[in-house]
Amino acid sequence: MNASIPFRQPPGVAEAAGSVSEGTNRRVVLGADRPMRLDCGVELANFTVAYSTFGTLNADRSNAVMVCHALTGDHFVTDYHPVSGKPGWWSMLVGPGRPIDTNRYFVICSNVIGGCMGSIGPAETDPATGKPYGLGFPVITIADMVRAQKLLVDHLGIDKLFCVVGGSMGGMQVLQWAVSYPDHVFAALPIATAARHSAQNIAFHEVGRQAIMADPDWCGGDYLNQGMRPHRGLAVARMAAHITYLSEAALHRKFGRNLQNRQAVTYGFDADFQVESYLRHQGITFVDRFDANSYLYITRAMDYFDLAAEHGGVLANAFRYKDGPTPVRFCLTSFSSDWLFPTTESRAVVHALNAVAANVSFVEVATDKGHDAFLLDEPEFHQVVRGFLDGCAEHRGLTRRRAATA
Amino acid sequence: MSPLDDTSSRNRRSGTIRLDLKLIADMVEPGSRVLDIGCGDGALLDFLVHEKGVDGRGIELSMDGVHTCVSHGLSVIQGDAETDLKDYPSGAFDYVILSQTLQAMRAPRTVLEELVRIGDRAIVSFPNFGYWRIRMALLWLGRMPVTERLGYEWYETPNIHFCTIKDFTSLCDRLDITIDRSVILGRDNRPTRLASADGIANFFGEQGVFMLRRNGRQG
Repeated sequence: MNASIPFRQPPGVAEAAGSVSEGTNRRVVLGADRPMRLDCGVELANFTVAYSTFGTLNADRSNAVMVCHALTGDHFVTDYHPVSGKPGWWSMLVGPGRPIDTNRYFVICSNVIGGCMGSIGPAETDPATGKPYGLGFPVITIADMVRAQKLLVDHLGIDKLFCVVGGSMGGMQVLQWAVSYPDHVFAALPIATAARHSAQNIAFHEVGRQAIMADPDWCGGDYLNQGMRPHRGLAVARMAAHITYLSEAALHRKFGRNLQNRQAVTYGFDADFQVESYLRHQGITFVDRFDANSYLYITRAMDYFDLAAEHGGVLANAFRYKDGPTPVRFCLTSFSSDWLFPTTESRAVVHALNAVAANVSFVEVATDKGHDAFLLDEPEFHQVVRGFLDGCAEHRGLTRRRAATA
Repeated sequence: MSPLDDTSSRNRRSGTIRLDLKLIADMVEPGSRVLDIGCGDGALLDFLVHEKGVDGRGIELSMDGVHTCVSHGLSVIQGDAETDLKDYPSGAFDYVILSQTLQAMRAPRTVLEELVRIGDRAIVSFPNFGYWRIRMALLWLGRMPVTERLGYEWYETPNIHFCTIKDFTSLCDRLDITIDRSVILGRDNRPTRLASADGIANFFGEQGVFMLRRNGRQG
């Protein structure tokens, strides 16, 4: 059952509170002195968060960048992933000399709570029962994820993040960070995201959840105790979701109607088409690294996200600060072929920020790669990230470290 | 791309900008809040931010322009002034700049009203269609003028609402907008000694730069 989390350390290995660590795959116990209250009312005490850091925190602790991962991401943002063996999900963007330059910035990325890569989540053991939480795990929200990240940042002794950056669900966290902690964020870079999850997106998530729950091996969420895993349901959920991450143009360019390892259709239900084979592969590799219950919890967190709702239904109110605009400098980015988080969603945030005269940049990147573009090689997008961070660094008074002579 | 066919409006290395942009920059108080509408490649904005310490923002329609600006660390949104200005609260900026863009607006009148609403001051510059060379081109050639600064044929120009200096000042009058300062530029963007509402300015000025405010605001 531990196939998805083979690196899990015994609780005793988690670092002691108060120490600042650099390196990948760290774990810390938070909420020890005071429990963290979740939006659903439950209090979490002594909970574990897994995280990685890259680069060096400067003397005045002003160069920390929090990277927030997307739905199925994790804290292995730029190093090698221990399960898949592949480079981290944002290796193109984060690293020495990259747009989020680890020669210059101290990058922190944590696995969200509710996740399954080391942070507390439904697959972790409930100390009260000695068994995995399963559906006994409390329902979490994007704001809860951000609360846990804030405790982590406090634990690392950082009062104010230089920048919070992330795409998709990560972008939701970025917006939440800026709204919840405007005094502790200098700049925010939400990418391919929205201030609320749309009805269409909730609908897609529901399809995924129903696929998982319809798998008999799900066992009402108790599969870990039953020695089962709902592989098929989770794979179907991933396949459906994956389509929404791409665009028609990208799918067509990649696969068209090409057949997979055959000259003619078989008049059956094998994966005749390359696109079918590709989706099946996506589903199969996903179940190796992700927990089905985590998928339920995290998609739910996205569904509940609605920044305007908690501010009287007026999004602009979320960005007001002491009778003026939020002090956070924003840069929003969208991708022209993203139909999951279309440009109109980013533009709605931009309009709300304009309505309080906040400092905001906004770029729509022309690409046919769909929502996934934020994870792919998009030089214009990378330039925008680099430029925005450079501009903010100038305002923050961060001096440029001499580039390595590599 | 600016509605005017200009290239290299700022040399970033030497820190110099085109003469007409410098003129606008000279009207802006150091350290103020500025919104540059149709900021193009950000030449003016960059100059204002780095040389005059303003809190500068921009709006630009073209993707290339926005990319250039944001990649250079300027705060610029990709947007359309005609739909996006209404979002800004009144008095949000000390200066709102509309440089060489008024003639490309679908509703220049509404835009002018928005400018003096969201800015304590608005600085507007535009090419004067009453300029004698343009008049001569129409009179003698009987064709829409294509000049170095207005380098488009009539069927492909983004400039859809040309006006003369006289037209502009009379519209300001009708909208109860006060013209605080005006500078008339002759050839090569050089300021002339001509006065704004003057028929001579309307004839010899190639472009006009006007500082506006809503009537009733303190001068």
